[in-house]
Amino acid sequence: MIAAALTTDSFLERLPVLARDTVTGLLPVSWRWLAGSLLEIIAILASFGLLFAYLTLAERKILGRIQNRPGPNRTGWFGLLQPFADGVKALTKEDVVPAGADRVLHFLAPVVLVAVSLLGFAVLPFGRHLVAVELDTAVLYFFAAGTATELAVFMAGWASHNKYSLLAAMRALAQLISYELPLLLSVVPVVLVAGTLSTTKIVAAQGGWSLGFIPHWHVFTPWGAAGFVLFMVAALAESNRSPFDLPEAESELIAGHLTEYSGFKYALFFMAEYFGMCALSGMAVTLFLGGWGAPSALLEWIPSYAWFTAKLLVLLLGFIWIRATLPRLRLDQLMKFAWKFLVPLTLLNLANAAGWSLTAGWTGPLQLVRWAVALSLVAVPFVVLGRTLSAGSAPRTYRFA
Amino acid sequence: MTFTFLILAVIILGSALAAALRPNLIHCALLLVVSWLGVAGFYLWAGAEFVAFAQVLVYVGALSMVVLFAVLLTRQSRAELRVDAPETRRAVWAVIAGVAVSGVIGTAVFATKWDSAPVTAPEITVRGIGLELMGAHAAALLLLGVLLTAALLGAVVLAAPDRPEKEEKS
Repeated sequence: MIAAALTTDSFLERLPVLARDTVTGLLPVSWRWLAGSLLEIIAILASFGLLFAYLTLAERKILGRIQNRPGPNRTGWFGLLQPFADGVKALTKEDVVPAGADRVLHFLAPVVLVAVSLLGFAVLPFGRHLVAVELDTAVLYFFAAGTATELAVFMAGWASHNKYSLLAAMRALAQLISYELPLLLSVVPVVLVAGTLSTTKIVAAQGGWSLGFIPHWHVFTPWGAAGFVLFMVAALAESNRSPFDLPEAESELIAGHLTEYSGFKYALFFMAEYFGMCALSGMAVTLFLGGWGAPSALLEWIPSYAWFTAKLLVLLLGFIWIRATLPRLRLDQLMKFAWKFLVPLTLLNLANAAGWSLTAGWTGPLQLVRWAVALSLVAVPFVVLGRTLSAGSAPRTYRFA
Repeated sequence: MTFTFLILAVIILGSALAAALRPNLIHCALLLVVSWLGVAGFYLWAGAEFVAFAQVLVYVGALSMVVLFAVLLTRQSRAELRVDAPETRRAVWAVIAGVAVSGVIGTAVFATKWDSAPVTAPEITVRGIGLELMGAHAAALLLLGVLLTAALLGAVVLAAPDRPEKEEKS
């Protein structure tokens, strides 16, 4: 952290760093780095733990409102203490392990899942001076850390010794592998245009405004907008959220790999799902929505971490809204959607971004040509592919209704 | 530094050995993943961040899934997941194959001239890696692509049903 850059910032902007330095300043010099890292870990765990608690409440409340019912409203004011009541319940419940289960793997699965889902937060820049680990290959690290979740889901499904769990694990494997591809391919254009794998540099590349109020976020370019949507769809599938929640499909697989889990292990699975969702949303904010950058030069006085939080919350609310709106896909639809629709679109988007970065020098009327070509490269394949794939299946006729 | 290396070596070799000795195939596959993670840790120790994370992404993320799929799709029941103690013929062939592979790798290692002078670590950029892959190592990249495409086609041929399924009546 550069001291000169720090002094020009507002007090609120410097506050987290100042707080950390005050605490570590009490310790001898050789201990400071360790204490600093520990403090960062505690800060991340505490803030995202709390976010997780209230996200579950927000989800239940919002789903309730959308379905025309009040949601939890008995514990505390407006149900505000509900997450803590849930926590106590999960902790005090009996932990059941099936007789035929592979005890070690059955125990390890939720632990591995939570541990792995927390790793990604290390490289997310939450604010101008707030990134726990600055890596040159941060984007690669983030997705490498995320891959082990598949393994944990498989471990859970297989170790439970239950046919529903195993079926769900196989489904989860197929789904996670299939959506890993579009997820990574939709990130590549950002790396290509920004020319770096470092998350802080990607955010820096999106700084600045045209005319003082149009930020240079990637989402405001044709390839960036397409990439953002593709990334969010793949992220939805990667975090097992509705409409891609087939692995736990309550109605067919009685909650799949979660069937044989109870008590706190079950809560850990829940926690990991929300952590994964938060991490992927945070990555989307970093890659496409300008990270901690303010949307306008006039609003820069608001500290950067507040902007990051605001963007993160908007994306998370989007996740909840989608869950309330869309029904679950069928397994064949899920596969078809990934391989025949998302993967070709992400590949085209990659070419689009390459063209965009090659034509960066175009000015005047050529700029219009650049935008028109890029926009048509997004829109035309989308419409053509969508029409071709859904031909014959829509509109649906209800013969017996 | 040497101490970290020793710990990594114990993790890599220990988990690989355990993977070879466990009777349960699923446990073997998962232990192999631990071994791969250890190799990634070794790359990190050696200062090759990019290779380390790529290793995790490819081996822990993708290859482990392929192994697990292969195990689960080829066994009918849990009882078949147990591997019996090796018979003499199989053991002999295994030793021959092992010696042959380690012979090839060993010759390659000892035949290579290593720079003994300390090399300053080059500044690695995404552009640099891309240019290296597309320039000097383009042939290797293309060959790998062809190999993987062939494997993919083979998998489709093996997995596809012999005749097209009947159209569902709507």
